[in-house]
Amino acid sequence: MTTNPAQPTPQVQPGGTIDPGDLAVAAAQVEEVETGPTWWQVIWSSKKARFGLILLGAYILMAILAPVLAPYAADNLTFNPIEMPSSAHPLGTTTQGADILSQLIWGSRVSLIVGLFGGLFATAVALLIGLVSGYLEGTWVDDVLSFFTNVALVVPVLPLIITLMAYSEVRSIWFTVLIIGIISWAGPARAKRAQIITLRNRDFVTAAKFAGDNTLTIIFREILPQMTSLVAAGFFGAATGAIGAEAGLSFLGLGNTESVSWGTMLYQAQLQGALAQGLWIWLLVPGLVLSGLILALTLINFGIDLISNPLLREDA
Amino acid sequence: MRYFLRRVGYFLLTLWAAVTLNFLIPRLQPGDPAEMMVKKLAGKDAELDPAKIAAMRAMLGAPEGTMFDQYVAYLRQLLSGNLGVSYNYFPTPVTDVIAKALPWTLILVGVTLLISFAVGTVLGALAAWRRNSLFDSIVTIGSTFIGTLQAFWIALLLLFAFGYILGWFPTSGGYDATTPGFNLPFIGDALYHSVLPAAVLLLLGPIGWVLGMRNTMIMNLGEDYIRLAKAKGVPDSQVALRYAARNALLPSITGLAMALGGILGGQLLIENIFDYPGLGRIMGQAATGKDYPLLQALLLFTITATLIANLIADLLYGVLDPRARKASA
Repeated sequence: MTTNPAQPTPQVQPGGTIDPGDLAVAAAQVEEVETGPTWWQVIWSSKKARFGLILLGAYILMAILAPVLAPYAADNLTFNPIEMPSSAHPLGTTTQGADILSQLIWGSRVSLIVGLFGGLFATAVALLIGLVSGYLEGTWVDDVLSFFTNVALVVPVLPLIITLMAYSEVRSIWFTVLIIGIISWAGPARAKRAQIITLRNRDFVTAAKFAGDNTLTIIFREILPQMTSLVAAGFFGAATGAIGAEAGLSFLGLGNTESVSWGTMLYQAQLQGALAQGLWIWLLVPGLVLSGLILALTLINFGIDLISNPLLREDA
Repeated sequence: MRYFLRRVGYFLLTLWAAVTLNFLIPRLQPGDPAEMMVKKLAGKDAELDPAKIAAMRAMLGAPEGTMFDQYVAYLRQLLSGNLGVSYNYFPTPVTDVIAKALPWTLILVGVTLLISFAVGTVLGALAAWRRNSLFDSIVTIGSTFIGTLQAFWIALLLLFAFGYILGWFPTSGGYDATTPGFNLPFIGDALYHSVLPAAVLLLLGPIGWVLGMRNTMIMNLGEDYIRLAKAKGVPDSQVALRYAARNALLPSITGLAMALGGILGGQLLIENIFDYPGLGRIMGQAATGKDYPLLQALLLFTITATLIANLIADLLYGVLDPRARKASA
């Protein structure tokens, strides 16, 4: 939580006018006032987080430039199967004759989309439920919302996702995003509820109330900006969970059936007996890039922690 | 006393919500899962007991009757303990399928969880006590990096290296042809088969405990009572063990109670990779094979176990920490 430094205001005598010169002086004073480091500086100052951001940037570039970077289409199965790495196929081919490097590059799109939208969706639900229930703490609305949050919190996630997936006939990425989002909002919602309870009796909220703002305006315009780092941390946490869940589901054969992802690559590798045939690259690389992406997100979250908890900064 | 009554009341309420969720899931699906199951089972060319069809309809949804009638029938069916027959293991009742898989998961996941808890807590406490030392850096950075690896991927790599290339361990199953029983050859065989899955669980298991214990212990080390203990000359090792670690253990113990409930969900991905005959594997098979009666029963079983473990954790916390009792009484 960063507090605004006291802003010097030009002294205005009652009934007087403001001298433009005074304004200029005041503006200069504002410039001089020691403002704390911005959130960006805080994150960037941490070596871990900087590495995470650069790594994530590389993944995003890979996903955007997939048509340029990938030598072939991911679903092109016309090559000789089980080829060892060569100049035509830097990582070799699968038993079905697909180019492993191309699948790997195109697969980054699925993980990033699932992470981005799964994270956004879970964060939006968590914000709505957490903020409303926290602001209305002690009322029946809070009791009902908290009850749902607690139920969602203790229900084991993977078995529930798998049951829901098993019933569905269509398996698109968006369905995966929806299911993961619906199931993973509870933890962040509870954190946001706890945070808002400490914020809602501050003076600026009381001021907004007296100014006649309605409840939703107060929650989203006044209080929400005070908890950006908590929201950001919640987003990256949910995104990490969504990416891992998508990979796990696809690996079980319950993921999307339309596009190649790192999880489906591993599923195919296991199904086609890559283990027994010694195709170790096929097994190694999808898990390696997946772990790299999750590492990047984890490191970025270290940096976000530094914003909300200045005590940690000395360590970094 | 009020604290305990409140926790039990809350448990009953969440249990009801979970049971209702289990009722709703198959009924929210497009199509008729119950009808589909009946047809598929009839295709097995076996004699279908009308009582079994009725049980299936009660669990998965009936074409006739209002939602409320169906709900009453469903609850009655639950209380009778008859949750239908499995499709994959026809004509075995789902409860028997679960009972058969349960000990495998209990032993593999339970034992590795307890070891992970012990190892992780000790490492975390040591890292916090020697904060910013080389040992601390190795433990925290190591945990963070290993924590980003996906368990199922590590499982695949271990299986590849030690199962296929080196051939030191069996590549699938829980035991070889020997008939299961309480005899030495069988137990040895089962242990031999569980080495690789246990290795994966033991590699990743301690991480959460390490980081959790380290964080709470660092917080506790900043408390006044630690400073007092040091000031009055209590030896360092005593301060670390009897003062800081003992108090920092509280959240970890309730966490352990909750995790023990979680083991009944099995280790879905790991058990499927090693074809280990536990609950996680039958759940994976039930999901891919659309064995809805088994899937619903497993979900209900997993959720109930987690809720009971949560209740125990809550009650335990109330016993161990009087402040919790007062705060929510």
